[in-house]
Amino acid sequence: MADLHFGDDQPTNSERTAVDAVVPEIDAATVTETERLVRGGRSRRQGLRHLLLPVLHSLQHEIGWISPGGLNCAAERLGVPPAEAYGVATFYELLRTTDPGHKEDVVHVCVDPTCAIAGNGELRASLEASGARVHASPCLGQCERAPAVFVQGVSRPDRVPADDDEDFRLPQAGDTGLRVLRRTGVVDPTSLDSYRQHGGYQALAQAIDMGPDAVIAAVSESGLSGRGGAAFPTGIKWRAVADEPGPDKHVVANCDESEPGTFKDRIVCEHDPFAVIESMTIAGLATGSPHGWIYIRGEYPRATARLEGAIAQARSAGLLGDDVAGSGQRFDIELRRGAGAYICGEETALFNSIEGFRGEPRNKPPFPTTHGLFSQPTAINNPETLINVLDIVTDGPEAYRSVGTERSPGTRLFCLSGRVAVPGLYEVPFGTPLGNLIEMAGGPVGSLAAVLLGGAAGVFVGPDALDMPLSLEDTREAGATLGSGVVTVFDDTVDMQAVVVRIAEFFRDESCGQCVPCRVGTKRQHEVLVELQSSGKALSPRRSELIDDMALAMVDASICGLGHTAASAVRSALALGLIGNSS
Amino acid sequence: MSGVATETAVTIRVDDQEVAVPEGATILDACNAAGVDTPTICYGPTLTPVNVCRVCVVELDGSRALVPSCSRPAEEGMVVHTDSERVRHSRKMVLEFLATGVDLAQAEEMGQWAEHYGADPDRYVPGGETMNEPVRVQDNLYIRDYDKCVLCYRCVEACGDDAQHTYAISVAGRGFGARISTEFDVTLPDSACVYCGNCVAVCPTNALQFKTEFDLRQAADWRPEDQTVTQTVCSYCGVGCNLELHVQDNQIVKCTSPDDHDVTQGNLCIKGRFGWNYV
Repeated sequence: MADLHFGDDQPTNSERTAVDAVVPEIDAATVTETERLVRGGRSRRQGLRHLLLPVLHSLQHEIGWISPGGLNCAAERLGVPPAEAYGVATFYELLRTTDPGHKEDVVHVCVDPTCAIAGNGELRASLEASGARVHASPCLGQCERAPAVFVQGVSRPDRVPADDDEDFRLPQAGDTGLRVLRRTGVVDPTSLDSYRQHGGYQALAQAIDMGPDAVIAAVSESGLSGRGGAAFPTGIKWRAVADEPGPDKHVVANCDESEPGTFKDRIVCEHDPFAVIESMTIAGLATGSPHGWIYIRGEYPRATARLEGAIAQARSAGLLGDDVAGSGQRFDIELRRGAGAYICGEETALFNSIEGFRGEPRNKPPFPTTHGLFSQPTAINNPETLINVLDIVTDGPEAYRSVGTERSPGTRLFCLSGRVAVPGLYEVPFGTPLGNLIEMAGGPVGSLAAVLLGGAAGVFVGPDALDMPLSLEDTREAGATLGSGVVTVFDDTVDMQAVVVRIAEFFRDESCGQCVPCRVGTKRQHEVLVELQSSGKALSPRRSELIDDMALAMVDASICGLGHTAASAVRSALALGLIGNSS
Repeated sequence: MSGVATETAVTIRVDDQEVAVPEGATILDACNAAGVDTPTICYGPTLTPVNVCRVCVVELDGSRALVPSCSRPAEEGMVVHTDSERVRHSRKMVLEFLATGVDLAQAEEMGQWAEHYGADPDRYVPGGETMNEPVRVQDNLYIRDYDKCVLCYRCVEACGDDAQHTYAISVAGRGFGARISTEFDVTLPDSACVYCGNCVAVCPTNALQFKTEFDLRQAADWRPEDQTVTQTVCSYCGVGCNLELHVQDNQIVKCTSPDDHDVTQGNLCIKGRFGWNYV
């Protein structure tokens, strides 16, 4: 192995235990060709680097930060240079590399728009007054029950206080027209038997009967497209991975939703985890990929626990493992937790994060279907996309296409939050007008001023857009986007200037810092908006030109979607006159 | 590179020229072959392209966004525009963005390109955040002035997989707060650094420089116009590394090696790079 240099800092016993819990000491092994006894070996250790983030999580959880001694211990065990391990540790919001000076839990309070409207300021003040260690956090994915809190435990489990007293009920509970959410809130998410009683694992059996090609053909014919934001045709993606030779291929469920205003994957993973596992298994068999991965937000302890429970039950029932449901094919799933980084929802950043590198997006091409996780062919999908496959397999593509529009078949999940009477997760056919969706959620509270579609990376639309059908083609034509299904409603009491400044701040904070247009562009964009806010004046033509110039460079020259969309909400707010006029 | 055997060549159009380049060559190689001058910052001829600075972007027909020419392989039939309005705009903005936060006084080539594209860093909000880092002087060999750092990753590459395999530095932090750093920002003598100085050799902005150069600049006595460069071969071992001794007032002030030298590709070890006090 490389001749790595480590400083003198030693781990404490508890830090060593934390490292041991994730990756035990490597035993000496005999190299057969030479009969030499070796302890390390570069290639042996390189195979372990994907455990770096789990080890850092373990250290953080054990003592509340990652100390030089702890980092040394983890880096040495995995054969990772300490400077690189430090680079990874400093990348994530949930990992600390300076001694906080206490061992108390950290209380993360969301500062994004929905929670700001819901009074996060008062909540924060009262928590601070009670002596809690409060940390201002970007969106925590609990927008339907804002203001959101996530407690990061030190030597205690992480928890979301709102989970304790939640009596979960879908706003649409009892609606027989639901597809993706049919079982959500109905099935017992901790029981495989309950899932089977609600039709679970029929799709997998049918998929095994049909064979990989017929499954992919059905997915292609259904017109299913990705629900994470990019709307890429799922069938094409699966076909591409299936056509790649070799056994080392992967299926990844991207449960790292961090787009402000998005909470759909959390609800689906918490309340219908087996559906995620079953649909991933279908994807694995269809594409010939034996390796499944779930990458889930670090801020989702309950969803994580339920997915882990579902994986364990599926494994012991023979639905995961060397012979999936008697098919003779192997598929198993490993779960990885993110550590607080919006950018890791970008597919190639997510791969780097799993592999133990900084969550920096890769340049595309090459695309994940040929060079994905570990540079091997990978099908990466959002849980919502995956779950759609179940009905496509059991009911056929034609039935699937019977709702929605010609070019956007099926249904779509929407996360309603903000100034709306009944915030929550809603499933409606593609093409449902925006106004109808908001009415389903009890209508706007107060006088509607604007709706943010697609989250921070999306666009604002005004009250005149309520007739707009929510389909991929109609929103694109209107210059809007569905993104990850965010619908945040603002009334005329909301300080839109503050909302837009916060969106700009979000991008500044979440930029990975790799490429110049995004690293500096998001920073300067925020500074211009703060200047505008504090001036109280109208936006000058000079500043307006600067904002446009910065936006064009970010769209044209950034590496990934974060930079491409970082100016989108800001510019739409200016175009709509929500900000930029003299106050 | 034009005029290579046709069976291994791909032909692409760069502006109004057809250029043939070997398979595996990049768009930047094709631009060079066509005689089109392209600004680069993070690209180095001896390094794996990381395509992070985005100043070499070109417009590629059929691609929605601009593409980095340094890393994108040339493919048969590509049509590339290197001087379109979009290209000029993004290049100007990259240079402008960097100039708003980084001290580029000693990055001459970037300054020339900034002028070429009309970059105007003064049109931003006054008092905007900058790199704002103290000069790290931790030994007598080289200094690190991260006020001048554009985060091109070249030093990280040279210290790691591309040359030295020492891995003493990495990018730490995120976004505008990202910095090149050792673990916990420990000093270089405490880090894995072996003082090969290969990071210094690839730095495009002089953020990393010889202590000798730094001291002379501090004394306002750094005079490149009065310096001579003498080629010689390192006498420490039998590898045969070419050295370029930069001499001012009869004193060696720094030592480099040519990028195109077969043996070194610009790299040296601590002895060749810094061990000339005995001369």
